[in-house]
Amino acid sequence: MTAVETINLEIDGIHVHAEKGRTIMEVADSMGIRIPRLCFHPQLSTLGACRVCIVEVEGMRNPVASCAYPVSAGMKIKTSSPTLRRLRRDIVELLLDNHPRECQTCERDGNCELQNLAYSLGVRERLFAGERKKFKIEKSSRAVIRDAERCILCGRCVRVCEEVQGVCNLDVQKRGFGSVVSPAHGEKMAESVCIHCGQCINVCPTAALIEHSDTEAVLNALDDPDLHVIVQTAPSIRAAVGEGFGFPPGTPTTGKMVTALRLMGFSKVFDTNIGADLTIIEESEEFLSRLKKNEKLPLITSCSPGWISFMERFYPEMIPNASTCKSPMSMLSTLVKTCYAEKKKLDPEKIFVVAIMPCTAKKYEANRPEHMAPWGKPYTDAVLTTREFIWLAKCLGVNYRELPDGEFDAPLGMSSGAGDIFGATGGVMEAALRTAYEKVTGDTCPNLNFLEVRGVAGVKEATIDLKGTEINVAVANGLHNAKTVLNGILRGEKKLHIVEVMACPGGCVAGGGQPYPPEGMYVLDPNLARMRAKALYAIDANKQLRKSHDNPEIMRWYAEYLGEPNGHRTHELLHTSYTAKLPRGVR
Amino acid sequence: MTSEPASLPAEIIEYIRECMARENGESYLIPVLQRIQKQFGYLAKEHMNQVSQLMQIPAVKVTGVATFYHFFSFIPKGEIRITICMGTACFVRGADKVLAKLSELLAIAPGQTTPDGKFSLECARCLGACALAPIVLVNDRVYGNVLPADVPKILKEYGFEKPVQPKPVKQS
Repeated sequence: MTAVETINLEIDGIHVHAEKGRTIMEVADSMGIRIPRLCFHPQLSTLGACRVCIVEVEGMRNPVASCAYPVSAGMKIKTSSPTLRRLRRDIVELLLDNHPRECQTCERDGNCELQNLAYSLGVRERLFAGERKKFKIEKSSRAVIRDAERCILCGRCVRVCEEVQGVCNLDVQKRGFGSVVSPAHGEKMAESVCIHCGQCINVCPTAALIEHSDTEAVLNALDDPDLHVIVQTAPSIRAAVGEGFGFPPGTPTTGKMVTALRLMGFSKVFDTNIGADLTIIEESEEFLSRLKKNEKLPLITSCSPGWISFMERFYPEMIPNASTCKSPMSMLSTLVKTCYAEKKKLDPEKIFVVAIMPCTAKKYEANRPEHMAPWGKPYTDAVLTTREFIWLAKCLGVNYRELPDGEFDAPLGMSSGAGDIFGATGGVMEAALRTAYEKVTGDTCPNLNFLEVRGVAGVKEATIDLKGTEINVAVANGLHNAKTVLNGILRGEKKLHIVEVMACPGGCVAGGGQPYPPEGMYVLDPNLARMRAKALYAIDANKQLRKSHDNPEIMRWYAEYLGEPNGHRTHELLHTSYTAKLPRGVR
Repeated sequence: MTSEPASLPAEIIEYIRECMARENGESYLIPVLQRIQKQFGYLAKEHMNQVSQLMQIPAVKVTGVATFYHFFSFIPKGEIRITICMGTACFVRGADKVLAKLSELLAIAPGQTTPDGKFSLECARCLGACALAPIVLVNDRVYGNVLPADVPKILKEYGFEKPVQPKPVKQS
């Protein structure tokens, strides 16, 4: 092992011993000095575009960008001086001058990095007044809205789309004052290779990228006396909603969330987890039948709509391998408007299903033609992101922190712990293994914790021994990581039986619709994903019911309405299909 | 307007294959785009998408490069390409007024093509014939010492008639 070379330097008059090759910003961070920053993102490549993080280095004529500049021996650095403060203020003021003055009406709701930066740098006067760029807001996508007038060209969305998601749908086009971040040919998002994951929204420091809002539709439905408004909540949101109300990350607030939804006026509060249990039962049957016939392996999970879009545009040859199971959200919505409506003698056209999801791609999924009911309306009428739900609760005067715990409504509220862990990367795999083990061996699964597939690593591979039947599994999160696994499969290097893909890095807990991170954490922070996931695993560990196929409520639905798992009726209702789509992405 | 070309010609596809066989093949993106522009006079969306697939460069990177450089055009050039020199010598001798006249008569801005696909108008940095300033290039023919008043005559040589003013639509 080679020793790390260290050097001595001085930052703000303090001697520091630092590793060679580190940037000035990294060394300052380690000393507790936070240099202001904007385009910098710790999980993305260094761009050095905004120049907000400039520092003075003794002997250098001009300030340097600390995010990009490496430390060297004997350097004397100043991170704050009258000149630096003035320059930083001017830089941010110039950005503000070319930015709409609509902060009070902006969807960022005051949680804007540009605004916070302006406050912290003390931009109190607006001295510049120049030409302002003019672009139309682009609303073609059901998931991601692009407002180039609010864009400050930090390039974070460009980098996350390429480096983390491997999609590369966004880049700077044109030059100089005309520069604009857009898909190829300045196309609409809906006609681009966008896979709707929403990670660009998460990393955007302003509201240049924002989710398509469905809050108005939900408010209207809640006010409509003819509608029976049912809500379902995704596994991962219970671990993140609390952050919107000041709870530390990783605080599960399931009970408060249920009470809040009831206060907000929803007739029934159902749990998407039961859809997850249903997915596991269908998907494990599908897997066993493929395993028996040794065909269409590996089976690839289909819960993540970002991944499904990615597959359709980037890996269409993998379509036969994808599970035909609808996602838990779509399964539950379909069940509600068919079997549940029948059981409760409700007119399905008068049921309005709202799904609260950690995800922007779910908004797209809900509106896919494959998920339309026979009467031409989607089974899921509206999808709210976790962020939108938090806003809506505040808008409707819900005092979330003080709420007592509530329970989900029967008969679609009881779920196993396997459903809860769907929200974390590896969770779907673990849930499937718990059921597959028992179905393959006929014995009780001795250890329900498949630790091999837990954790936030980008790719996890394991061989699971089902008492003599060895199955190879792989779990990928973040589509750039998924490419590694898929390319391995296509080159014949990987012999796998089941692959779980979640589009977002860390899984749904770090989805494109989750709350903007609290102070001290950042988007794509592996610790944030870890803390939220930990909450889900804790919920699972505390449940008696931890296997999907032991869920008595589900078994009742099969007995009364659905028939055999993976059978004719379930295929009609709970399965779907995919098609190769254009434009084709470059992988 | 000329119709969208369906596919790149075989020789350009061959050229792309040659480039991709070399080390850092994708760094030949600009020469590839230049060849296409040379042959077609502009970069069609379909062509850029084809380049993206053949070179395995995301389409947004291809258009990012293409839109960065003023040299690349995204609309078909006219049959008759009019270029006006905006170099220093031509400019001080009134090239801007000549350009304004051309623009007015053809009813297009520099960089555009008339809707019938006949004329296109472009500005050049310097054509290196400053003694004749200001100069206008029509296809390969040079017109020197051009005054705004000469413009209608030059255009007429290429069959340009002043377009008939559209009749005002009667409000019912």
